[in-house]
Amino acid sequence: MTALTNVEVGTELPPLVLEPITRTTLALFAGASGDHNPIHIDLDVARSAGLDDVFAHGMLSMAYLARLVTNWVPQERIRSLRTRFVAITPVNAKPTCTGKVVAVDGDEATVELAVTLQDGTTTLTGEAVVALV
Amino acid sequence: MPIDAAQAMAQEIPPLTVAVERGRLAFFAKATGQDDPIYSDVAAAKAAGHPDLPVPPTFFFSLELEQSDPFAWITSLGVDLRTILHGEQSFTYHAMAYAGDELVLQPRIVDVTSKKGGALELVTKKTTITRGDDLIAEARTVLIAQNKGVS
Repeated sequence: MTALTNVEVGTELPPLVLEPITRTTLALFAGASGDHNPIHIDLDVARSAGLDDVFAHGMLSMAYLARLVTNWVPQERIRSLRTRFVAITPVNAKPTCTGKVVAVDGDEATVELAVTLQDGTTTLTGEAVVALV
Repeated sequence: MPIDAAQAMAQEIPPLTVAVERGRLAFFAKATGQDDPIYSDVAAAKAAGHPDLPVPPTFFFSLELEQSDPFAWITSLGVDLRTILHGEQSFTYHAMAYAGDELVLQPRIVDVTSKKGGALELVTKKTTITRGDDLIAEARTVLIAQNKGVS
């Protein structure tokens, strides 16, 4: 397996720009992820909880963040992946995943992660620790 | 209704044994826009040195939902599912898992914290994922129950 070279503090991962999250995306993700909480797929349930609309599963955005990282290093190099869900992702939002190396310690790098929407809202923040070799 | 923290943490949640299925992994890849073929095409996975389709980094959360009432551990505490937000999620990885594996997931509620005078209750669950005697991963979930009307 090849080592990642020239990784240093400030190195940015190639961003992952997603298509807008449609209701179809949410229906498919509910089935595929096993998270059938109706708040994400059933407008009637969302309204009964006082919301205007359904909103995306946080784990969908976290799966996108995982794609960002596995696009950069093979998955077996990921030591940990953590996220905080800081804002709801509305239907039709267009997320972009970004990552930047904030620490290099021996053979491990810590990558600061974020998901932001087209209006600038940050929906997820997080961190991955990856092995460089 | 406030969550009884002592009762929550004493709760024995039964372990869950799940067989990882190729079709489920391929569907998850499709639903998350994953275009790297190692996650959906067995031949591509093998060509990349994997024994089968890899379980992707966040799918361990989904494996835990592979049961008839996956939210029983939280609804049994009196929490209305519609009021829940996912606050935090983390995974620590020890070994790769693959389609065809039989994994055992053992969850436990490790913390219940009340905030904003009881308007928010944070429930933290930790789950260990093993294959035989091998530790594959650990997952940590923080769910936030919003108690409307409490301020």
